[in-house]
Amino acid sequence: MARATVLGRLTWRVATVAAVRDETQNARTIVLDLPDWPGHLAGQHVDVRLTAPDGYSTERSYSIASAPEGNRLELTVDLLPDGEVSPYLARVLSAGDPLEIRGPIGGWFVWRPERPEPVQLIAGGSGVVPLMAMIRTREAGGARAPFRLLYSTRGPEAAFYRDELRRSSENGSGLSVTYAYTREVPQDWERPPGRVDAGLLAQAAWAPEREPISFVCGPTGFVENVADLLVSAGHDPARIRTERFGPSGGQP
Amino acid sequence: MGVIGTVSPGFFGRRRAKAPDLPPGQYLTEDFPVLSAGPTPRISTEAWSFGITTETGEVRRWNWAEFNALAMERPTVDLHCVTKWSKLGTTWEGVPLETLLAGVETSAEYAVAESYGGYTTNLPLEDLLDGKAWIAVRYDGEPITPAHGGPARLLVPHLYFWKSAKWVRGIRLLNDDEPGFWESVGYHNYGDPWREQRYWGD
Ligand SMILES: Cc1cc2nc3c(=O)[nH]c(=O)nc-3n(C[C@H](O)[C@H](O)[C@H](O)COP(=O)(O)OP(=O)(O)OC[C@H]3O[C@@H](n4cnc5c(N)ncnc54)[C@H](O)[C@@H]3O)c2cc1C
Repeated sequence: MARATVLGRLTWRVATVAAVRDETQNARTIVLDLPDWPGHLAGQHVDVRLTAPDGYSTERSYSIASAPEGNRLELTVDLLPDGEVSPYLARVLSAGDPLEIRGPIGGWFVWRPERPEPVQLIAGGSGVVPLMAMIRTREAGGARAPFRLLYSTRGPEAAFYRDELRRSSENGSGLSVTYAYTREVPQDWERPPGRVDAGLLAQAAWAPEREPISFVCGPTGFVENVADLLVSAGHDPARIRTERFGPSGGQP
Repeated sequence: MGVIGTVSPGFFGRRRAKAPDLPPGQYLTEDFPVLSAGPTPRISTEAWSFGITTETGEVRRWNWAEFNALAMERPTVDLHCVTKWSKLGTTWEGVPLETLLAGVETSAEYAVAESYGGYTTNLPLEDLLDGKAWIAVRYDGEPITPAHGGPARLLVPHLYFWKSAKWVRGIRLLNDDEPGFWESVGYHNYGDPWREQRYWGD
């Protein structure tokens, strides 16, 4: 496996929430202002630390959703009803509040705009967040590597960045987007609800002969399943990068 | 370290039952999360072998049958992942590194564990000795599943769990330290959970 980015020392910084924006009924994008942000690569994440008035504090990781641009950073947080941190970020935090973060973290699950090869993105649920940063970075820099996104969500209402993805896939820039719905499908949808399987992958993803680099992100069970399917379809394991979003092993 | 005292307005926390013996920043899980950088390699026991390579290039190698003929220990240990989960009281079965290194002539101070699939992780050699590390082939009485690193994984429970290389195929002994896969991309070179050595500079 290749060596990747070199990172400096990570310190905690206090960001200010510039705005919040609903992505779905359950997910919210948080726009952060960071006066001295060192910049990031598409696919990296930050650690967020929350502190209660009595000094108790806890941390979680969140992928960066935005392309690198100046002092702004966006995170998109999906609310887990029984979670500790995500309900706060997705419901309580509001414009003007401080938020402690450190990063950027991670130099493996990253895409650099100078890479020429086709890119296959495969997301389960909130796993689309770091992949969106790659799509946005590609657009912002006018990069030409062809991109395909296969996005598995419960249903159309649960999909993040829907309008932006539609616009980006219709503007002739070489991004194609395929949805896989696991619970509810729109009317006249050609497939019944279900998981990503070998058939859908063969239809929606780059063929192994194109030698794409694949980025797979989502809940553990989803990532395991999709990465196995890619390997069985003949993709070189060395060209498949995965990011597993923590403990919950279920399908989105 | 960093900014102290930035209270998050409206955050009170939903503290989970506090387990004793948990390093700072860790929470308890009953689950067994899976984290790895790529697809899960599937290595048959027929294809598997384990080798120790010294700093002078000498190799000692065991195939699956030879390896399983070695005396095994059954350590019960706590696991601490840098992604902040800890799992207490897990039981493994494996060969202590001491046994594997017993006949090996070396003056090396460092080791790199190498895995099928290309993963590497580095440790001081002394962290593999004195009953601190095993090459495990069973978890909870069963063969280790591929997702958790089977057929064999390194088990070094006193360091963050990324040091416990899955799908291990060998240990390379070195005079000079050589950062491994995660250590090269921002994770701490040593990784002591009790000192929260998560990233460079911690
Ligand atoms: C690299 C990385 C990037 C990530 N990026 C994103 C992102 O961009 N967007 C995003 O939404 N998420 C992301 N995540 C996931 C995120 O870090 C959190 O795990 C997620 O938001 C849940 O946090 P929480 O505090 O709300 O839930 P937690 O309180 O951590 O709970 C997580 C799960 O554990 C269970 N649980 C809760 N309490 C207990 C208990 N007492 N005992 C046992 N189990 C319990 C709950 O059922 C819940 O489903 C990322 C994770 C990683 C590792």
